[in-house]
Amino acid sequence: MSTVTTADITVPAQPTETQLSDEVRVVGMVWERELIRYGRTRTRIVSGLVQPVLFLFVMGYGMSGLVGTTGGFNFRQFVYPGVVAMSVVMTAMFSALSIVWDREFGFLREMLVAPVSRVSLVLGKTAGGATVAAAQGTIMLVLAPLVGIHLTPVLVVQMIAIELVMAVAMTTFGVFVASRIQKMESFQVVMQMLLMPMLFLSGALFPLNGLPGWLTVITRLNPLTYAIAPLRQVVFAAQDMSPAARARFPTNVTLFGYTLSIGMELAIVVVFAVIFFVLAFRGLSKTE
Amino acid sequence: MRGQQRPLGWSDAMTALAAGEAQIGASTDSCPAIDVRGLTKQYDDLVAVDGIDFTVGQGEVFAFLGPNGAGKSTAIKMLCTLAHPTSGGASVAGFDVATQAKSVRRHIGLVFQEQTLDDQLTAEENLRFHAVLYGVPRGQVESRITRVMELVALSDRRKDLVSTYSGGMARRLEIARGMLHTPKILFLDEPTVGLDPQTRALIWDDIQRLRTEEGVTIFFTTHYMDEAEYAERIAIIDHGSIIALDRPDVLKASVGTDTVAIETSDDGAALVALRSAGYRVEHGERGLVAFVADEEAAVGPIVAAAGVPVQTVRAHRPTLDDVFLHFTGREIREQHGEAIPMFARAHGARRS
Repeated sequence: MSTVTTADITVPAQPTETQLSDEVRVVGMVWERELIRYGRTRTRIVSGLVQPVLFLFVMGYGMSGLVGTTGGFNFRQFVYPGVVAMSVVMTAMFSALSIVWDREFGFLREMLVAPVSRVSLVLGKTAGGATVAAAQGTIMLVLAPLVGIHLTPVLVVQMIAIELVMAVAMTTFGVFVASRIQKMESFQVVMQMLLMPMLFLSGALFPLNGLPGWLTVITRLNPLTYAIAPLRQVVFAAQDMSPAARARFPTNVTLFGYTLSIGMELAIVVVFAVIFFVLAFRGLSKTE
Repeated sequence: MRGQQRPLGWSDAMTALAAGEAQIGASTDSCPAIDVRGLTKQYDDLVAVDGIDFTVGQGEVFAFLGPNGAGKSTAIKMLCTLAHPTSGGASVAGFDVATQAKSVRRHIGLVFQEQTLDDQLTAEENLRFHAVLYGVPRGQVESRITRVMELVALSDRRKDLVSTYSGGMARRLEIARGMLHTPKILFLDEPTVGLDPQTRALIWDDIQRLRTEEGVTIFFTTHYMDEAEYAERIAIIDHGSIIALDRPDVLKASVGTDTVAIETSDDGAALVALRSAGYRVEHGERGLVAFVADEEAAVGPIVAAAGVPVQTVRAHRPTLDDVFLHFTGREIREQHGEAIPMFARAHGARRS
């Protein structure tokens, strides 16, 4: 009998229940790990720049001949916000999909067996991926003057804010996808079968108006559509553009004939982010 | 009848008392570190673990010995709350594995067969990450990291990326990490699989040091007979059941005594001479076999007592291999072959 009483007394004396402050610490640590890894892989920062630069300059100049200039505004200027978004999206997805690596190299197990909430792990991963992706998007701002985009301090703040929202949504999406991928080989397939179509059907590289009906439907189902439009809207709002150019390169997304405001577009992105977050949490809860 | 019963009862009571005292002496808590009752895990039509029962005392070093596929890993997974028992249960560090999984995990350290380090982080960063996951108080993180790195003698590599570590160093870092949050019990699943003999010896030095300096209870699985010897008690597990459980020396004694086998120029004469000298001797396959208490000490006197020229001497002390053979009717090595260690080595090599 005495053994039972001793155990009863000793057990509650120790802090066995995880407290909120502990969980916040976990979120911070997972976030910090993402930043450490990002800072340590210079090649990733550079390769994250190469592809958007290719789109911006090579495709930008190539398409300029076809599209021409309207009221002093050209295709490179049009595509610039889309290319910034591309680099944010790719970095966010890459960061989130590193979970597949973590699974392969065992570190995911270290995280999943720990006595912490999976919500904290997904939150930390999301915060980390979003920070890294927004940083990569911000690096892209240095290219703005080269394509004739005029930056103001307000515009920079607006862009970073929108990049963050976009990055959060894409990181949660990436974590959700990664939680379902068991093998490294699937990673490339996912990148090509999901990411490229999402980017192409988001209005990042061409205006969404005047598309055939079926394509319009697909673009409206794409969460990225609602993240890229606001970025383009704030960039264009800060430019000195002729009415003709504004008509030629529209920025708004219409849904059932209704033109969405920036706030509504971002709200849609946030809704997508919440849905993906829940799916990501559930995906990670299934293992171990 | 009565006369026979009484000494038995007395010795049982004395053993129980001694065991109880040892446990109380080891720690202030008096419940066993691990208490397993009828633990069973069934997958469809395969019974991986078949109703095992045992307890592990506080501060004890306990081993699960058995071939691959015997159910060791499944059993350890249930104790670490990574798998749910089909029936039966266990308490680990005083917490129920089924209903208090989080508390169990807080109080145990885990070292898996596979590596679970982030090799893009430094050793220190890996440990710091772990400290946060396991809620080590902020003020203690630094001192604990310093302490566990000392325990595994890796202090000078603290700031190095894990990708620069050898397989053995990574494994020792994992052991250090398992100890970081001062667990009550450290679980090691095949801790040395795929490592070279020198590294294996180093790892066992580390584990012994943890045991003496931190007083942690150690539970490990292995299919290496020589490693099971590090345990104070061994459970031999085969086909999901515990077929023997005792101290290594008791297990070995249970399969027979030491023997000294000799071949002489005249076995008949030697047999008579040795028997008259008080040895228990039989005819063996080749020559004579003497059954002795201690083979090392007996070799010299036997050769001298044989009285005729001795041509060959083979002394043998029962090993855990003999124990395993005795209880299962086959050798442990037949079971796993060489495929498993080779795979593990290739696995480790890819990471390093």
